[in-house]
Parts: sequence; structure tokens; C-alpha cells
Amino acid sequence: MEFTLITLLNGLAYGLLLFMLSSGLTLIFSMMGVLNFAHASFYMLGAYFAYTISATIGFWPALVIAPLLVGVVGAVVERYGLRTVHKYGHIPELLFTFGLSYVIVELVQLIWGRAAVRYPIPAEMDGPLFTLYTTTFPMYRGFMMFIALLMLVAIYLLLTRTRIGLVIQAALTHPDAVEALGHNVPRVFMLVFGGGCALAGLAGVIGGNAFVTEPGMAATVGSIIFVVVVVGGMGSLVGALVASLLIGLLQTFAVALDYSLVTLFSGLGLSIGPGTPGFSVLNLTIAQTAPILPYLLLVLILIFRPKGLMGTREG
Amino acid sequence: MSTIMSNTTSVTTTSMRFAPINLGRWLVWSLFAILLVVAPLIFNKGASLSILCQMGTVMIFGLSYNMLLGQGGMLSFGHAVYSGLGAYFAIHAMNLASGGSLPIPVSLIPLVGGIFGMLFGVLFGYVTTKKSGTTFSMITLGIVELVFACSLMFPDFFGGEGGISTNRVMGEKVFGISYGPQIQVYYLIAFWLFISTVGMFAFTQTPLGRIINAVRDNPERVEFIGYNTQWVRYLTLILSAFFAGISGGLSAINFEIVTAENVSAVRSGAILLFTFIGGVGFFFGPLIGAVVGVFLTVLLSDFTKAWQLYLGVFFIVIVMYAPGGIASILMMNLRLMVYKRFGMVAPRLLLMVAATLLACVGGVMIIEMLYHLTLESANGTVMRLFGTEVDAAGVTGWLIALALVAVGALMFWRGRPAFRQAWDQANLEIEELIRKEHA
Amino acid sequence: MSAYSVELKDVRKSFGKSEIIRGATLQVPKGERYAIIGPNGAGKSTLFNLISGRFGVSAGDILLNGRSIVGMKPFEINRCGLSRSFQITNIFHRLTVYENLRCAVLWSLGYKYSFWHRLNGLRDAHERAEAVLEQIGLRRRRNTAAGLLTYAEQRALEIGITIAGGADVILLDEPTAGMSRSESDHAVELIRRVTEGKTLLMVEHDMSVVFGLADKIAVVVYGEVIACDTPANIRGNARVQEAYLGGHAPAEEHA
Repeated sequence: MEFTLITLLNGLAYGLLLFMLSSGLTLIFSMMGVLNFAHASFYMLGAYFAYTISATIGFWPALVIAPLLVGVVGAVVERYGLRTVHKYGHIPELLFTFGLSYVIVELVQLIWGRAAVRYPIPAEMDGPLFTLYTTTFPMYRGFMMFIALLMLVAIYLLLTRTRIGLVIQAALTHPDAVEALGHNVPRVFMLVFGGGCALAGLAGVIGGNAFVTEPGMAATVGSIIFVVVVVGGMGSLVGALVASLLIGLLQTFAVALDYSLVTLFSGLGLSIGPGTPGFSVLNLTIAQTAPILPYLLLVLILIFRPKGLMGTREG
Repeated sequence: MSTIMSNTTSVTTTSMRFAPINLGRWLVWSLFAILLVVAPLIFNKGASLSILCQMGTVMIFGLSYNMLLGQGGMLSFGHAVYSGLGAYFAIHAMNLASGGSLPIPVSLIPLVGGIFGMLFGVLFGYVTTKKSGTTFSMITLGIVELVFACSLMFPDFFGGEGGISTNRVMGEKVFGISYGPQIQVYYLIAFWLFISTVGMFAFTQTPLGRIINAVRDNPERVEFIGYNTQWVRYLTLILSAFFAGISGGLSAINFEIVTAENVSAVRSGAILLFTFIGGVGFFFGPLIGAVVGVFLTVLLSDFTKAWQLYLGVFFIVIVMYAPGGIASILMMNLRLMVYKRFGMVAPRLLLMVAATLLACVGGVMIIEMLYHLTLESANGTVMRLFGTEVDAAGVTGWLIALALVAVGALMFWRGRPAFRQAWDQANLEIEELIRKEHA
Repeated sequence: MSAYSVELKDVRKSFGKSEIIRGATLQVPKGERYAIIGPNGAGKSTLFNLISGRFGVSAGDILLNGRSIVGMKPFEINRCGLSRSFQITNIFHRLTVYENLRCAVLWSLGYKYSFWHRLNGLRDAHERAEAVLEQIGLRRRRNTAAGLLTYAEQRALEIGITIAGGADVILLDEPTAGMSRSESDHAVELIRRVTEGKTLLMVEHDMSVVFGLADKIAVVVYGEVIACDTPANIRGNARVQEAYLGGHAPAEEHA
């Protein structure tokens, strides 16, 4: 019982972090048709900016300033880079962001070095939030979940209740019509791209100190967020939320389960030992298979339901 | 010729473009073969041979990748799956052979790689080619990550962290070839490179090869001329995976080790980068891309720690300003030369190139000095740059670098309009000539 | 063996809640030229898409040479002998004009997915492609990339690709759209030549083209075929006049 509850909470926390990361990616993709391969790099930038700012000014200013900075970087990248490539089609756009991801990692290493940096959780939140049976649930994790939910609500309100949100929703499917109506669609694109990157940056601010802040952090989450976006359905924020939670829970539970087929067979009374053929496969614990689960899910979804769980369009 | 022919109604006398003994084509292939044979004699410094070997395997890999991207319009993020799994099966075959249970000569090991690459093409290709466009790309990413994640789960086959090693010197010496010396490995690679290139080029001259081009240009229309688009893509992928497997097998022979990195998304990304830099619109583009790519990753890394940055920036510049790759730049200039208009452009072009070089040298200086300051500050601030000692923390170095960048940028900016004009004028005249030829 | 090339039997098609085709019935005899006309939004292009397999029908049956083709994929229908052109030019823009045509003939000549035949050595493909090239009058543009042709030339190529495979049922979707008077006349001549002895179904807005080419005219209004008769009779048909001129002018813009 305790195990289930704690793992559930941890899974939700991880899932919400994934959502923070992939919401920006979904927005950018829905709007511009661009799969931003550099999205995880902006996450990393957010963490590093927050590290520097919180080391000089403090964590709370960093929470506000760092995402804004990342958003500005994103907007500049869109204005001077992506826009030039836009006329060549979707593949060059994708390749541009692909190259960008390489460059950002290198620049980060150039400025902050190759080793992990000590970006600590602020002292006020470094402690347990509550204790469930014997396990403590960290306060900071609760804070992460809170910020993620806040972000979800904010995006929802922005898109449905504000004018700019309506324009964005319209430009999602009919950019030419929206432009003909007099809206500056290229500027909207720039705002959305910058906004999406800012969201990734915010995730970096929150996640960078909960996990480790190092140049490899982009690569660690990079592929998973694509799985989230595709599984959830390209074009659906709610889908991204559902998929993030699903994958977060799936991975957290899987990693904690140390059972394998051998355990199952032993429980049934069969004796399996190193001499049995296929032992190495049978002996694989669920925990060991955890890394492949998201990708297995991705491939299955793409075969059977390519629109994703809640997507409105395919690719 | 065409003016006389166009009025004839009889089909048989009209231009029979049956590719008669095409002298040009025989010349090019012969040159290619001669180049392959002679290369190690020209580049005979110590490490050059292993670089050439690497370039050779990457060339095959790149050509196979371009069957998908350039010829079929399919952007795959997981092509290393086929070359990597081919490499794994090849290396296991080599180990079985040296153990005596599988009598295959080393020369045929690439074929083992090819066959298994092809088998996985049949398996994974069925899943991936069900969809097209971005969905296809995403499935390929999912599959490569899947296979890569599996590599740690099945240590017997994948060898865990350390990978699988082998010794290519095994079995009976045929004609005195043991594959111990690197030069023998080079000629093995050159041989397989030549026949693979011939094979893949031949593919472009077949019905399937042409229809996959049509699928690239307009997949929906292809259905309406009788073809099942999915089957066309599937078959092309299987063939592409075959050649990728050959390159994997050669890699296993060359390095005598295969690790999980061979089936990684990183390696898939690398071949995408190289092929795109080389140029996806031309058959020989990946050949150029392989040379440039191996140069940038293997050679450059010996000279500077910033090589990944240079690779990334170079790639972005190509994407933004020359999406046709190096091949397209070459061909554009070649066209000018063929139509004798290169003289119009040459002086301005030279100026632009000089300006770019200046700015690049300055940029490189800045990057190198920055890298040195942040990553190697423990060794002091003095470093070697272009053969001279420079103090990275001192002012002179920075002044020179900034000056170079400024001068180069200024020259570029000033020279651009005139260059543009000359370029456009030259091409306009060429278009006129072509139009007159066809009228 | 049916006397009809194409038959539509009470075909219905809904997109979500909107029923676009509401019971269309039509019989096109072999070897005849039919034009399909109707107000904007009536569902003409949708009918074409249903016949050629681009969309599936919601109800009803479509027969090609007596055989039901409902549920068949476009390439299967093409292999049964039906070929279509598109309203928005749909060519292979990076291949040359000649290559475009050669691709169009490969399947019908039986080469299928061959990767062992040398393309340039295929005499029959070459001759057929050259013949169509001559017919559509694009010989002097033989080696130009299709994407670089003028609009009218691309439309001609579009027709060329459609007929190259030797299908005996041809569907042309607004072949003269966007053409000037002289270009239209030229296109009509071309269409007349290339559809000699074949069954032709054509969606058109240009009445002079329709009256010049068609043996019979089918009028589609609100997803139904309200009349199908000779051009002269259609001119005098009261229902047709009402649909086009007075009474209920269609309120919606066409797609």
C-alpha cells in the first residue's frame, strides 16, 4: 500500500515535469508544424540560467527571469534562423532545430564547463512535505507539481480566454486566413516559439535542481518528450498531459518493480536456473526493461493509432 | 538535333535515348575506381589509412541513407539500426568463424552484415513504412531508441557496456591476405565500396528507383498510376538496409569491435548530418558528405576541442543557405564552367570566399580562446593557435581575432551585391542559351 | 460484361454530419463522353474522389465495367482500368516531363516493382512515353523539370500522365480550369484526341468546352444527379434552369 502510494506520487511528479517540458513542444508543433528538436536544449538552458541567477541573486528571481531569458533566446532563434529556413519546407526546419541542439549543448559546455554544476534546491523547500507511513515526500517535489498544474491552468486560460489565444488557435489550422484578416502571423509564430521555449526553460528551472544540472541533461529527456508528444497526439495539449502522466507513472512503477519471468515461474513452482535456455531473457526484471517501455508504447501507438491518444491530426 | 526530330511523327526515328556506349559514364566510373586504388598511395601518412578506411565505410552508409532521404523523401532518424545490427551479426559470424564452426572468409563477412541488415529492414521496415512524413520519422526514432535500450538488456548478444570484440586475422590465408595490415583492410573496403556504389547507382536506373522518386515528389499521384506507395517505400527501405548492413559489416572488420553506439540515435543523427551536408539531391552527395563528415569528426577532434561546435554550426549554415549541400554548390559552379560563364563570376566569388575565410579564421580564434579559457584554465592561458603561441587571456589575441571577423564581415557585406548581380546575370544568360537549344 | 463503364447506384457520402452526396445515380455507357456540371458546392469533385477511391462511400455502390469498386484502394482501381486527373495540378515536379510520362506507363507495361530492369533499356516504356509526349505537344519541353513548366503546360502534362497508362476510363477534373480561351480550345482538341475510343467523365464549368466535347451531360445539384441527357435537351430542361438561374441559388461558396 505504502509502496503503491509513494510510487504513484513520484510517478505523478515525474509525469507533470514531462508535461511541463512537452507542452511547449506540442504548442510549437501544432502551430508551426515544426518538431523542435532543440526543445530539450532549451530545458537545459533554463536550468543553467537559473543556476547562474540563483547563485548571484536568488532562486525566486531566477524562477521568473530564467524562463523569460530562454523565451527571448527562442524568439531570436525563430526570427533569425527558423524563419529563413521556413521557405524550404518542413524537413529543413526540422534539420535546423536538429543542428541547433548540437550547437546549444556545445555552447553550454563552453560557458559552464563539462562537469555538472551545483544548482541546489532553495533552503526553504529542502525538506519533507509530509510523511506517508515510513517514506517522506519531499517538499520540493510538491512544489514542482504545483508549478506544473499552475502552468497547465495558465496555458488553458491564455488559449481560450484571451484574444491572442484565439488568434493562436485560429492560426493553428488556418495561418493564411488569419494573416489575411490582418494579424501579423510571423510575429505570432515568433511569440509561440519563444513561449514554448520559455515553458521548457521553466521546466529546466524547476527540474534542474531536483535532478542534476549537466550538459547531458538534454539528451536524457530529449527522446522521451517526443514520445509524449506523439503518444498524446500531435496537436493536443490535453493529450500531452495524459501521455506525460501515463509515461511518468509507467516508468516510475516499472523501475521499482524487481520481478521477472523467473520470479513468476518460481512462484508457480517451476525451477529455473542459469542452465535453462533463454535464462538471460527470462531473468530480465521489469525494472531492467523500463528504458524500452516508452519507445515500445510509441511504436505501438504509431502502428495502431497514429493520431495519438487525443490527436486531431496525423503528422 | 531536336528541331529536326520534333516534326517527325514516326516514333522510331525520334531521339532514341537508349544510353548508347556512354563514354562519359565509363570515364567517371573508371576514374572512381582508379581513385580508390590510388588513394592510399597519395595519402600515405600514418593515420591517413585508417581515416580512408573510415571514409569508405561511411560512404556506403551515407549512400544507403540517401536512398531513403534524397531519392525517397523519407527522413529516418534510425538508420543506424540496420548498419549496427548488421555489424553485430557480422562480428558474431567472425567469432564463430575463427572458432571453427562457421567457415566464412573475412572477405565475405560484409555480405553477412548486408543480409542481416536486410532482414531487419524486412522486419522494421514493415512497421515504419506504414506511415509517411513526420510520423515515419518518429517511428524510426522510436525503433532506434528501442533497439539501443535493448542493447543493455541482452548482454549475451550485445556484449553489454564493452560491446563485442573480434580478431579479423583468422582462418587460412587466401592469396597471402590475412587482413592484419591496415592496407589490406583498405582494399577490402574499397572493393565493397565500389560494388555497393555501382549497385546503388544501378538502382536509380530501374523502375523501382524512378518510382520512389515519384513517391518523393507526389505520393498521392503515384497511387493513381497504379502503384501501392507503401510497397514502393518498403522495398526501397529493404534494399537500403541491405547496403547499410554491408557498411556495418565492414565497420566490424575495420574496428574489430561493435558496441551499442553502433545502433544508437547518435550515429543515426551523424549520418543524417553528413549526408545532408554532402547534398541529398545528387547521387554523389553522400560521398562528399562522408569525406567532410569523417574529416570533421575524426581529424578535427585531434586539433581542437570545439569540433562538435564547428560541425553543428557548419550544418546549420548549410541548412540555412545551401540546403542542397556541397554537391549543389559544386554543380552550380560546374554549370557555369560548362557554359563558359564562370569567368563572369570568378573574381567576385574569390572575394566572397576570401572574406568568409578571414571571418572564419577570426571566429575560430575566438572560439578556441574561449574554449581554452573555460576548459583548460588549469594549464594556464597560453595556447597554440595556427602554429603560434597566443595568450588567450591577453589582449592582442582578441584584438586580432575581432579585427579579422570585422574585416571579413565588412568585405562580405560590401561585396555581396556585386557578387549577386554577377551570379544572377551569368545564370540568366545560361537559361537563355538553354531555351534557345530547346526551341 | 456490362454495357456501362461506370455506374453509380444511389451513392451517398457524409462527412461527419453533412451529407454531401445524397443518392447519386448515373450510368455511363462504354466509349461515351460525359460531362458533369453543377453549381459550386454540388459535390462534383467529391463524386470523382469517390469513384477513384480517394474517399470511401457511406452507402451505395460504384461499378467499374460491371465490377464493384467500393472499398478498393486508388491503386487497385487504377489497375482495373480507371485513371484520373486532378483539379490542382498534381505532377512529379522534380522529374523531367519525359520521366513523368515514363513513370505513368511502367505499371501498365508490367514492370511493377522491378529493381532489376534497366530503365533506359525498356524500349516499350520509352516508345509509349514518347508517343504521349508527342500527343500532348510537349516534345520541346521533354527534358525540363516538370515544376518549371507554365501552368497550361503542366495541365497538358497532367492529362498526359492520366492517359499514358492506357486506362480505358478517364476522369478529368476541371481540365481547363484557369486557362485562357485559346488555351482551352487547345486543351479541348487534345482531350478529344486522347480520349478517342475511351470512356470519358469530365467535371467542367466552361460551357463551351462541355457543349463541344460531351455526348451527354449529367447535372449534379446538392449531391444528386437531377438530369442526364444530351446537351440540347439539358439546355431546355426546366429543373436545370432553375438550379442554375433562378429559384434556389446555392448560398454557400464552393470549397
